[in-house]
Amino acid sequence: MELNKIEQLLEKYLNAETTLQEEAILNDYFTNDLVAPHLKEYQLLFGYFNESKSEKFTKTIQLNSKKTNWKWLSLAASVVLLFSVYTGYEYDKSVKEEEAKIAFQDTQMAFKLLTKNLNKGNAAIGYLGEFETTTNKIFKQSKK
Amino acid sequence: MKQSEFLNLVMPFKDKVFRLSKRLLVSNEEAEDATQELFMKLWKNKEKISSYKNVEAFAMTMTKNYCFDRLKSKQASNLSLVHSNYKEKETSLDKKTDLNDSVSIVHQLIAKLPEQQQMIIQLRDVEQYEYEEISKMLDIKPTAVRVALSRARKTIREQLIKQHNYGIKQN
Repeated sequence: MELNKIEQLLEKYLNAETTLQEEAILNDYFTNDLVAPHLKEYQLLFGYFNESKSEKFTKTIQLNSKKTNWKWLSLAASVVLLFSVYTGYEYDKSVKEEEAKIAFQDTQMAFKLLTKNLNKGNAAIGYLGEFETTTNKIFKQSKK
Repeated sequence: MKQSEFLNLVMPFKDKVFRLSKRLLVSNEEAEDATQELFMKLWKNKEKISSYKNVEAFAMTMTKNYCFDRLKSKQASNLSLVHSNYKEKETSLDKKTDLNDSVSIVHQLIAKLPEQQQMIIQLRDVEQYEYEEISKMLDIKPTAVRVALSRARKTIREQLIKQHNYGIKQN
């Protein structure tokens, strides 16, 4: 390929007016080692393009989603949270029941004590009643 | 459509999708993920595929959009990630240039271009699409493709000459 023609093509190339065929001609020219010294920069350019073309996607394409579905995780988390809140509430309730039972027993005992003492008092009232009848007898006699 | 049919349909341009993603996303891993994600998306829309005249062009447009989304989300949520990526890339490139791998100079120069020009250079000079195809893929006018391409080519050439002269002076 004449240098003249190449320079013309390069001019067109820089203005983005070349066709794909013309660009292929340029590519051919610059992949050869015999490049005019003042056109060295194009050798780098086309060399890079050719190298880029050879880069491949080496992994196999997977069509089945492998990504973990985070929606399910959030769902599971909310279930766990609900469950823990529920059991915590239940536990709290049972503890409170226990406390209430103890308090109930305590008050029951207190009441028993109270009634016992009250009964003692009642027995004393019996004596008091006896004392009253005797005094009544005395007063009735004095009135006569 | 069966999986094997689909794969036969998309295999011819999987490398092109990967290369365009890599051009835009810089990192190899990001580009691999993007390619993977893209084919998954295509597979999910396999019913629609037959209605597209040109699956390849459609895939390239999807790649462009997907990569732009990725770049946007990265910039919005994780600036440091982008930054570290650039750093990593630059150090590896520095090493390469030290090894006198002059081809990577071109890579570096292209990376400095605006994204639009990067894509057009990629689609034209690497993948060799017609101007018409590129204009459809990027949804811009054919004249705009030519203008951007011309600008990109001229910039790269000027920079190359600059670096070349600089190198000579240094030696």
